[in-house]
Amino acid sequence: MSDLQPKDHPLALTPVVRLDTVGLSYGKTRALGSITLNMPAGCMVGLIGPDGVGKSSLLSLIAGARAIQQGRITVLGGDIADASHRAMACPRIAYMPQGLGKNLYPTLSVFENVDFFGRLFGQDRQERERRIGELLQSTGLAPFADRPAGKLSGGMKQKLGLCCALIHDPDLLILDEPTTGVDPLSRRQFWELIDRIRYDRLGMSVIVATAYMEEAARFDWLVAMDSGKVLATGTPTDLLEQTGALNLDAAFIGLLPEKERADYREVVIPPRSFEHDEEIAIEAEHLTVRFGDFTAVDDVSFRISRGEIFGFLGSNGCGKSTTMKALTGLLSTSQGNARLFGHQVDPNDMTVRRRVGYMSQAFSLYSELTVRQNLDLHARLFSIPLDAIPARTQEMAQRFDLAAVMDSLPDALPLGIRQRLSLAVAMIHSPDILILDEPTSGVDPVARDGFWQILSDLSRKDHVTIFVSTHFMNEAERCDRISLMHAGKVLISDTPAAITQKRSAKTLEDAFVAYLLDASGQKEKSSPTTTPVPLSSAAAADTQNKVDRRTTANRLFNFRRMFAYTQREALELRRDPIRATLATLGSVILLFVLGYGITMDVENLSFAALDRDNSTISRDYILQIAGSRYFTEKAPITDYADLDQRMRSGELSLAIEIPPGFARDVSHGRNVQIGAWIDGAMPSRAETISGYVQAMHANWLTQKARELYGSAATSGSFQIQLRYRYNPNVKSLVAMVPAVIPLLLLMIPTMLAVLSVVREKELGSIINFYTTPVTRLEFLIGKQIPYVVLAMLNFLLLVIFAIFIFHVPFTGSFMTLTGAAFLYVVAATGMGLVISAFITSQIAAIFGTALLTMIPAMQYSGLIDPVSSLQGVGAFIGKIYPTTYFVTIARGTFSKGLEFSDLAGSFVPLFIAIPVLLGLGVVLLKKQAN
Amino acid sequence: MRLTNIVQLGIKELWGLIRDPMMLALIIYAFTISIYTASKAMPETLNRAVIAVVDEDQSPISSRIITAFNPPYFSIPKLITQSEMDRRMDAGLDTFALDIPPNFQRDLLANKSPTIQINVDATRMSQAFTGSGYVQSIVTSEINEFLKHYRAASTVPIELAQRARFNPTLNKSWFSAINNVINSITMLSIVLTGAALIREREHGTTEHLLVMPVTPFEIMASKIWSMGFVVLIASAFSLVFVVKGWLAVPIQGSLALFLFGATLHLFATTCMGIFLATMAGTMPQFGLLLMLVLLPLQALSGSMTPRESMPEIIQNIMLAAPNTHFVMLAQSILFRGAGLDVVWPQLLALIVIGSVLFFLSLRRFRQFLR
Repeated sequence: MSDLQPKDHPLALTPVVRLDTVGLSYGKTRALGSITLNMPAGCMVGLIGPDGVGKSSLLSLIAGARAIQQGRITVLGGDIADASHRAMACPRIAYMPQGLGKNLYPTLSVFENVDFFGRLFGQDRQERERRIGELLQSTGLAPFADRPAGKLSGGMKQKLGLCCALIHDPDLLILDEPTTGVDPLSRRQFWELIDRIRYDRLGMSVIVATAYMEEAARFDWLVAMDSGKVLATGTPTDLLEQTGALNLDAAFIGLLPEKERADYREVVIPPRSFEHDEEIAIEAEHLTVRFGDFTAVDDVSFRISRGEIFGFLGSNGCGKSTTMKALTGLLSTSQGNARLFGHQVDPNDMTVRRRVGYMSQAFSLYSELTVRQNLDLHARLFSIPLDAIPARTQEMAQRFDLAAVMDSLPDALPLGIRQRLSLAVAMIHSPDILILDEPTSGVDPVARDGFWQILSDLSRKDHVTIFVSTHFMNEAERCDRISLMHAGKVLISDTPAAITQKRSAKTLEDAFVAYLLDASGQKEKSSPTTTPVPLSSAAAADTQNKVDRRTTANRLFNFRRMFAYTQREALELRRDPIRATLATLGSVILLFVLGYGITMDVENLSFAALDRDNSTISRDYILQIAGSRYFTEKAPITDYADLDQRMRSGELSLAIEIPPGFARDVSHGRNVQIGAWIDGAMPSRAETISGYVQAMHANWLTQKARELYGSAATSGSFQIQLRYRYNPNVKSLVAMVPAVIPLLLLMIPTMLAVLSVVREKELGSIINFYTTPVTRLEFLIGKQIPYVVLAMLNFLLLVIFAIFIFHVPFTGSFMTLTGAAFLYVVAATGMGLVISAFITSQIAAIFGTALLTMIPAMQYSGLIDPVSSLQGVGAFIGKIYPTTYFVTIARGTFSKGLEFSDLAGSFVPLFIAIPVLLGLGVVLLKKQAN
Repeated sequence: MRLTNIVQLGIKELWGLIRDPMMLALIIYAFTISIYTASKAMPETLNRAVIAVVDEDQSPISSRIITAFNPPYFSIPKLITQSEMDRRMDAGLDTFALDIPPNFQRDLLANKSPTIQINVDATRMSQAFTGSGYVQSIVTSEINEFLKHYRAASTVPIELAQRARFNPTLNKSWFSAINNVINSITMLSIVLTGAALIREREHGTTEHLLVMPVTPFEIMASKIWSMGFVVLIASAFSLVFVVKGWLAVPIQGSLALFLFGATLHLFATTCMGIFLATMAGTMPQFGLLLMLVLLPLQALSGSMTPRESMPEIIQNIMLAAPNTHFVMLAQSILFRGAGLDVVWPQLLALIVIGSVLFFLSLRRFRQFLR
């Protein structure tokens, strides 16, 4: 391998990155096999190679986003596996992960996104505003500063990602396929921007992975990779010389091992035979699609005849995808007609759906199914005969070169292979029409050629109509006809050759760019790239700043970085008013429903008697039960079978049986027994019933004794005075409201805190936490603050409603309650952050939180059964669960008129819980992906 | 509508679940350890209620009363002074405080009808009511026993023989076990269907479904059967091995009938999950909505506190919730051994509620897909 290293190359003075026998595996899959390599500093290093050869894995290892499994990586003069070096080097590295805007926050505006990154690197407001201004100006994003990132086109997202990466003047810029899915004009502007930045910041090293060979040709030094190994390194000219090829595409193919090279053939698309011209497969007539007052597709018309390959080109966000969706029936048209095979597009027409294969821009297959299962499922849904499915699946696997990954999950696969899977799925039912939205974005050149060979065969041999959008000019040239689209309108439709000729341009790309510039009213040289404020304008100030910043950045705890997360979380919360409303108003409703509904005072219990004596005295006994407010009498019981049946059905809670001869025995002073059958299915209710019955029985006896024995019986009489304290009327609202508030203040903040972290994990933006200097403590506390504030507002609202609307008397110290509430919600959100460390999917987060908060809070925290009466593990949980103590404080301050001094004991556990939970959160949170 | 599509899409849902090991672990936890712990934590009837006595009489009868309070129902009474009583009750140390006035015995025997005061901490709702009944009856019977020595036949010889049916010892842990199974069933079924639907949308896979020859009805039906199936298996396992086996709770009625009821209940709750998911735009919103729905469902269905004691209006509103009927049905079958002849109204109610929810959510789901 050593002969591949650019020892004597003039560029390679000191390497910026040194890789020493680096290996990486995902489960059983080997992603990287023992790579040893030095990357020269101060230049543009390109990583080229097919999909899934480990380019992205390598970049994430270099950036420190992923933990190293094997070998050693030295970045900027230190071991990247070493956490302290990572903390030092981190502010000097910028990493832009693969995927359109994967690390951006869709609800935040362009400005807010960049601002967030500036804060993460500890920049003050002045510095941030200056830098953001410059960056947005030079990327041409300035006019869109207030637009939410989620509403940007693909190219703009990539530019925004670059702004976020460049905010802190990195010495090492790592870009993972930054121009995938970006239109040619934006791509040009993107690279001009990078060139200018490099010009301004001499000495900055850039490492780029790319699938575009024409881009790679402009880099200083290239690493060609295949299946986890390095094939060759050197300048582009070195590689051309080495292989004797004319261009890099060919050179790369020349570098591949013999076996793989053997499969490669140049794509040749035979000319169309014109016999099918009469039949129009796809037709759009004055098609218009509006979203609100925004016109996405504006009066578009075209006809595609059967068997034609029709290309769709245009800048990002010009309405290509929308047009395609309108043709599949996914979107309804505002005006005009869309027809497939002469039939109006009808979203409910299943027969049309069977004839169309559609592949959307984003990967939209099931990440929980393996490649094989995805193919199999779609084959079945498209009702391919069961016995034909295995063969068909096999065929597709072969065609799209998926055989090796059949049992992998899509998430573990690189973008290019995932795209191939989407294609295979779109074609599994041999449709007559294929509508493909940027099917080759992120796919490597070899696979792309293979794919076009398939399209060619389908079109020419099977007469499948193909409607495809692309950003690759060599692909556009292969189409029979193409349409150029811009801002919702079709600029021109013709054959590629005719279009190039019309503009008298050298290449199709030049013609394309010329059309776009015309349409957008710009001149070639007045694109945003030429009117920028030079980045170096503040270079002098920068040097000063940089020193300051880097010393502060290394501090263990930085408030600015922490507030970066606080502010971002708060912004997201503000952009989602439904969430905040649900959290606050919802809890008030719950307070009312639960406070009103949960009551222990059992009334209106149903009872019936089996009176086998039917005497005056027995009727008297039954009457006094029926007369009480606790019981409602039902029809008398006729016999044991009736008793049994009615108790079994739950109709009767209590049955009284009076034996025959009851009156006679009583008058003779003989012992008699009255039977009381109580429904024990609900023990707490049964206990209450039992209490009532005993009391009434005793009452009746005293009364009878007085009647029978006269005043002698009253000797030794006494009274029991029952005082229900704190809640003399035994109102359930008064007793329950102080206990329900803790319940609500636990569950809602915990749920929000868990989801705030798990959501980042599931949607990918957690990578910003891995690659920026923000520490674990800053991340956790930063995320916690907005939810603590929201919970405190919620608390005030609940207390106000409790006191003024539900008229629950408040007798104690309000300050004490508020202080306790604060500690309690900090503990609750802290608990959420701990839970989030274990969970990666949002579903599990919701279920887990519900499970881990609802049961302990409702059952073990003294809400209904006092903690002192619990047993076993439940009692233990009750004793350490914060809700227990807040319930005590809430009841004490609401009902018992207590002050802080009376409740100090209950504050202690809350005080302890906070650092314990936070510490656990810090320990469990990982600063790198595994 | 094609049955194979429903089957295939359902199998896909099951695969999704298998690929989320944390979720599986949580499901297993919810139906085993969680139920065991909750059940074992429950006090058996009134348990260790904390009682304190202010004995200002210091007579034979007062000591007789004091010694009558014994574990497990009560803790050994603490003897305190009148001045301590308020402070201790404020701090929540005692649930009951008995005040025996000076010269109680003398006044009693002298027929002056003295008064014993029982102070109850009414913020502890559950113990307050059952416990005060016990305290009263213990005090009364002790005094009566004591008086027997001083007077002749003055009581009427009528005994009250109480028998609690279906759960003779009023063991709360039985109730808690079944109750927690029911709660887990509801919680899990709503989360599984609802969150799965939102995940599909967040990952863009719903759009994909729409270009394939499947109808919204098929998509929804597939989610209902597959997630319902998972929960049904888990609850059957839990009842047989955890509740009946590990916790040794005697199950009276037919397990098959209960599972049939559970299936109908699941039909309703899975539809409810889809309905909630179509209302919520994002996962955090769904999480909050879930809390808003789940808490009242659990607290007011009659599984935590008796339905009879709730205000009339809440009782009536809760009749529209599937939980209410399922709790009634579960109690009837599992505890009272009731058969189809008894529980058919609940089954019918579940079918009606389920169908209404199904059509409502299908309508919302169609709009949601647009």
